[in-house]
Amino acid sequence: MKIRFSLNGSTTQVEVPADRRVVDLIREDLGLTGTKEGCGAGECGACTILVDGESRLSCLMLAAQLQGCSITTIEGLAPPEDGSLHAVQEAFIEHGAVQCGFCTPGMVLAAIDLLKRNPDPDREEIRRGLSGNLCRCTGYVKIVGAVAAAAAPGRNPEAPREKKESL
Amino acid sequence: MRREIPEVGHSVPRFDAQAKVTGVEKYAIDHYLENLLWAGAKRAGIPHGRIRGIDTSAAAALPGVVAVLTAKHVPGTNRQGIVHKDQPVLADEQVRHRGDPVALVLAENREVLKEAVRLIQVDLEPLPAVFDPEEALQPEAPLLHERGNLLLQATIKKGGGAEALAECDVVVEGEFRVPFQEHAFLETENGVAWQEADGRITLIASTQAPFRDRFEIGHALGLDPASLRVISPYLGGGFGGKDGATVQCLLALAALHAEGRPVKMWWEREESFLAGYKRHAARMIYRLGATADGTLQALHCRLYYDTGAYAHLGGEVMELGMEHAAGPYRVPHTLIEGWCVYTNNPIGGAMRGFGVCQAAFAVERMMDRLAAKLSLDPLALRLKNGLERGDKNGAGVTMVHSTGLMPCLETLRRHPLWTEREAWKQAAGLFKRRGVGLAAVWNAMGYGRGLPDSAIARVELTQEGKIRVFNGVSDMGQGNAAAFMQMAGEILCQEASRLELIQPDTDRTHPSGSSSAGRTTYTYGNALIQACRELKQKLLHRSTLLLMLDEERGLVLLPGRVKHLPTGREVTLEVLGRLFPESDRVCISQFVMPVAQDGLDTGKEFFIGFPHVFFSYAAHLACVEVDELTGKSDVKHYLAVTEGGRVINPQCFEQQVEGAVAQGLGYALSEQLLLRDGEVLNPNFTTYLLPTSMDLPDIAVLAVETIEPTGPFGMKGIGEVGVNASLPAVANAVRDAFGHGPSRSPLTVEHLLALLGEPSRQEVGPETTGKNDSD
Repeated sequence: MKIRFSLNGSTTQVEVPADRRVVDLIREDLGLTGTKEGCGAGECGACTILVDGESRLSCLMLAAQLQGCSITTIEGLAPPEDGSLHAVQEAFIEHGAVQCGFCTPGMVLAAIDLLKRNPDPDREEIRRGLSGNLCRCTGYVKIVGAVAAAAAPGRNPEAPREKKESL
Repeated sequence: MRREIPEVGHSVPRFDAQAKVTGVEKYAIDHYLENLLWAGAKRAGIPHGRIRGIDTSAAAALPGVVAVLTAKHVPGTNRQGIVHKDQPVLADEQVRHRGDPVALVLAENREVLKEAVRLIQVDLEPLPAVFDPEEALQPEAPLLHERGNLLLQATIKKGGGAEALAECDVVVEGEFRVPFQEHAFLETENGVAWQEADGRITLIASTQAPFRDRFEIGHALGLDPASLRVISPYLGGGFGGKDGATVQCLLALAALHAEGRPVKMWWEREESFLAGYKRHAARMIYRLGATADGTLQALHCRLYYDTGAYAHLGGEVMELGMEHAAGPYRVPHTLIEGWCVYTNNPIGGAMRGFGVCQAAFAVERMMDRLAAKLSLDPLALRLKNGLERGDKNGAGVTMVHSTGLMPCLETLRRHPLWTEREAWKQAAGLFKRRGVGLAAVWNAMGYGRGLPDSAIARVELTQEGKIRVFNGVSDMGQGNAAAFMQMAGEILCQEASRLELIQPDTDRTHPSGSSSAGRTTYTYGNALIQACRELKQKLLHRSTLLLMLDEERGLVLLPGRVKHLPTGREVTLEVLGRLFPESDRVCISQFVMPVAQDGLDTGKEFFIGFPHVFFSYAAHLACVEVDELTGKSDVKHYLAVTEGGRVINPQCFEQQVEGAVAQGLGYALSEQLLLRDGEVLNPNFTTYLLPTSMDLPDIAVLAVETIEPTGPFGMKGIGEVGVNASLPAVANAVRDAFGHGPSRSPLTVEHLLALLGEPSRQEVGPETTGKNDSD
């Protein structure tokens, strides 16, 4: 079937089987290999993309579900022309949150979704917000630190903070 | 790219971070080439059987299937394996575990591939199977391999051996078990291969050992290794599981039947669980003796490693376990016996901690038992017996290099988590038990004796005036490539933006061994430092010609240029790059790791790898809380003190320690391959529980900086040592909380509830005669 959607800001039209997995459409058909696949079963979060601004697992979505949606993949966060990066990407580099890097694109997008819903999370909330994204290299310490730093530039990400009422 | 000189000793951002965080970096898995075919394996599905026949006709007849290959299509020996060539590329007569590949399909797309694999009919005569190493050693046990089920039996003896136990004032005993652990790298085993018109095969693979792969493929398929090119991009995790053939031989075989089209093989997660390598399961039986004041005297242990269906590096894994079985302590008399045994379980292989992880659990539990029996403080017992330079370790090797265990223990002793532990424990809430446990560990670096641990570095000033480093050792995520760039930038005084990296490629970079054994940065780094110094000298010399100088004195290499300080004259690297031919802009240097020189009359059974002489050390502390009602454990605080010589990049050092602790805590608390008749019952992340961000504490990471004079800038490898400590530290914390501790892992809710239900026994008291000392 013919599917029209916005991909990283550009209108995109593809002719694919309606049941093509979105992760295959993005990686194989459209060549955007920044989106990774680690399990194919919605367990690891490596294939996370933003669909209408919310994080979704592209290995569990079918192409037809993209009709009319606005998709952001990791490639869409930082326009290559000006070399600037998203604040979360900057923080991941600065705070050493990247090791093998295979979980990184999904982790960055999940973090952006988290910060949109909760712009000032404490470390516990960050841990909860990223718990759907597995990382086998880091132990998460620096990922949590990077997200905390991206949330509040200038704040020491290691510093303990008061728990919020809502907790 | 950042404009700063990546000074050694400073936390400069990793060279690879930007490309990874923007999704630009291409892993092996990201290569979808034009006209691509997909390859997939039909796997045995039973743990042991004889192949009577394989009917591939239905699969071959399926539209979109290009080829269906079986053992008869394998042109060479059809045997792969790093040390022992015992593993078929495609099973010929016998299948030895459920994941054995029996046929290989090439298809136009993944849908057809899946259907074709399903259509292959394998006629298998089931054979009796064996799943326990000690049962497999019985005379009547089903035979996996012609030469028997024993891969390797070996003995390390020092001093008077086990007989010295009779002279000890106290002897504690114990038996410990650990299960198989999954590497669970997020990028599963994969690659893409194609054959050129001239017959050469190129392979882009997620591999830790591209140079060795050529020989493995060549041997298995009867191909000239020189006709093979292996390219190793950044790996999406490896941890040992991609050291050795996974997809390589299958892909090269596929390429021979693809008429020049590229073929991609990508194991699904479940396939990775089924067919990938694991950390060996082990059973360990210990007796440890000391004098009444706690001076260690004698150790006897028997270690059984389950290597599953094939050797992989089973013998070498056991070797390292045995070498570390006495812990990082002075023990004058040891008898360490090991059996590495084939079973019809999945394949045991290399994994971070490489045999040491298992033994560290046993010996560190024994140390706590001994401390309890002698009413000694567990830290004091370790401080009393810890290895120092000049001592001989449990295998009889003299510690002649940096030996930083004692400073690690001293650092831990002064840390608030240790000094304030009693108050923390007493603050436990209702129905909570708290305990604080520690572990002292070590891990050898390098291949050990018997094969050269060598690397060859090439560094070039390009025609464009960039500094290009040709890296010969894969970067599986540990950051060795970034460390190399930092070293090159430091020595050549260049900003990161002027540095370029070529990742391992057997056609472009030089043989530098595998990415393993905590050796990558040490060995390649040493070669690179030498190459960079030579290049610097060369550039200064060539500059004299351009600047019309009668001597090199006064010339300095600065960012982007060579400058003559007395006159202020300078020449840019761009000009130097353009004016001189390649041989004037390239330096290549080699380094071989030093080896142990002790004349040991033991461990003769080891083919290679015994003994080692470099070790990194660590002391870890875990503060654990267990809910009495639910059995749920919570690691509230964690401290890891590590000695690995000097630190090249503190942030990368922390990354390695935090990551190792995370894998260690997974091993301690939740990770285990659940097996029934060789079948993996939990082949996915829903049932095999990796730690999530909710399950791990913030980890306090401290470095004890010594200097290892032979190391690049004084460093030693620290990628592995941390993984060995978490299980024993947590287990000792549970013992501290309950009064008695675990003898097996992982410490799941069910396991902890069962332990809680056991009557609390005292570790202090008369020596027991049973197999397992009470605790």
